[in-house]
This record gives sequence, structure tokens and C-alpha cells, in this order.
Amino acid sequence: MTTESNTIEISIGSALDYLDLVQTVSDCITGFMGFDEDTAHWIGMSVRESVTNAIQHGNKLDLSKKVDIKFEVSPGQLDVYVADQGNGFHVEDLPSPLDPENLLKPSGRGIFYIRSFMDLVEFRQLAGGGMEVHMVKRVSNQGD
Amino acid sequence: MKIETRTVGDVYILDCSGKITLGEGTMAVRNTVRDILKNGGRKIILNLSDVNYIDSSGIGELVSSFTTVTNQGGKLKLLNLTKKIQELLAITKLLTVFSVYDNEQAAIASF
Repeated sequence: MTTESNTIEISIGSALDYLDLVQTVSDCITGFMGFDEDTAHWIGMSVRESVTNAIQHGNKLDLSKKVDIKFEVSPGQLDVYVADQGNGFHVEDLPSPLDPENLLKPSGRGIFYIRSFMDLVEFRQLAGGGMEVHMVKRVSNQGD
Repeated sequence: MKIETRTVGDVYILDCSGKITLGEGTMAVRNTVRDILKNGGRKIILNLSDVNYIDSSGIGELVSSFTTVTNQGGKLKLLNLTKKIQELLAITKLLTVFSVYDNEQAAIASF
């Protein structure tokens, strides 16, 4: 377990090819922090889902637009920030994948999964354009 | 992502291994299921025991394949869910949608 705070930042182009790389970084960080295997898996999935959204829905696969991923490693928790350069969206407008009319839709579950596995998930519109997702997982909440 | 297809009678069993994630993985499932439908197959089992990773797009592809097969008068069932896939299906209420088996013989006999 780390006793200091550290920040690891990655900036990628809007290509899905980078997803494995970002997830590998996430897995290394969560392993370093001492998260158990299941919790590390769900954090990695949450990071992957949020970066997928940023690339696909935020930046619309525009290779000239960047996705910035920041991991803030603290003794008690991991904060992850994922920012795109897209037009943003209103998170309250997203349909629930649990509603009967949405149950068989092929998409629309990513943010629901992120919210299920992380302790805190916030969305904010960035001043210079783009959307940022901030996710938190506390070390004490492993297994939740 | 790798899919090996075998048949037992008129039941197609797709042994999936690796990652079902957005892109190559989801396309492999989609194309394999559609090819079976094109060839007249209507009884399909997805064996997921060796799928070590799936994302929301992979779950979405399972749903999409399920509806495509159902709409063409067929049945698609799931076999040998990993603990993680089971959890992802459960929290999005999809375990109520799919027929799920942990025994291949029982899955085949269910058609």
C-alpha cells in the first residue's frame, strides 16, 4: 500500500486501440495500491468504459481530439479523471438500462456499470469544452 | 477473442474464449451468430467459460444476438457463465432474459 500521493497522467488520441493500454495502466496502479483482484477488475472495467465513452461518444473517434486520463493515487483511495473534447451531455437525460423498454437495447449500460462499481462518480462540463468524469474507489470499500 | 463452432445434432455450440470487448470481440460474436442463422441454424448455445473479460459492449452484443436469433424464430442460450459475467448480467436484470445453464447436456436437451 502506498503512503504518499502520486499522480499518473496519460493523454491518448481518440482510437479504441488504446483501450488495452489504458486498462493495463489501471491494473498496474490498482495492483500497486493493494486492491484485491475482483475490485481491481471492476475499477479497470470502469476506467475502460469511461475512456470508451470519451473516445466514441465524446470525441466521436476524431483522431485529432485527445482523451486525458489522470489517476490520483492516495493512501486511502484512487481518484480517476477522464476528460474528452466533445460536446458533452446531460447525465440526467440518460435512460435507465433497467427500465423494461430498455432491457433489450444493445447499448446504454456503460455508465450504469461504472456507477455500480465505483464509490463516487461525477460528471462535469469543462470550461474549455468537453466533459470530465471523476471516479473514486476507496481502499476500505473493496468488495462493494 | 476466438470462437470455435461445433454441432451436436442441430444445436450449434460456440466455444468462446478471450475477450468480448468493443470491436474485434463483439464483431466475432455478431458475425458467427449471423452466419449460423444464414445457414439455417436456429438453436445456438454460447459457451462463455473461457471468456476472461467482457465489457458493456460485449454484454450488449449478447443481448443483440439474443434478439436477432429470437426474431428469426430461433433460440440462443448461455452456458457456463463466469462469476463476473453473471454479476454483470444480474445487475442489469438480464439474467431474467437469458436461459442460462452450467451443464452442456442440459443446455442441449432444453431446446
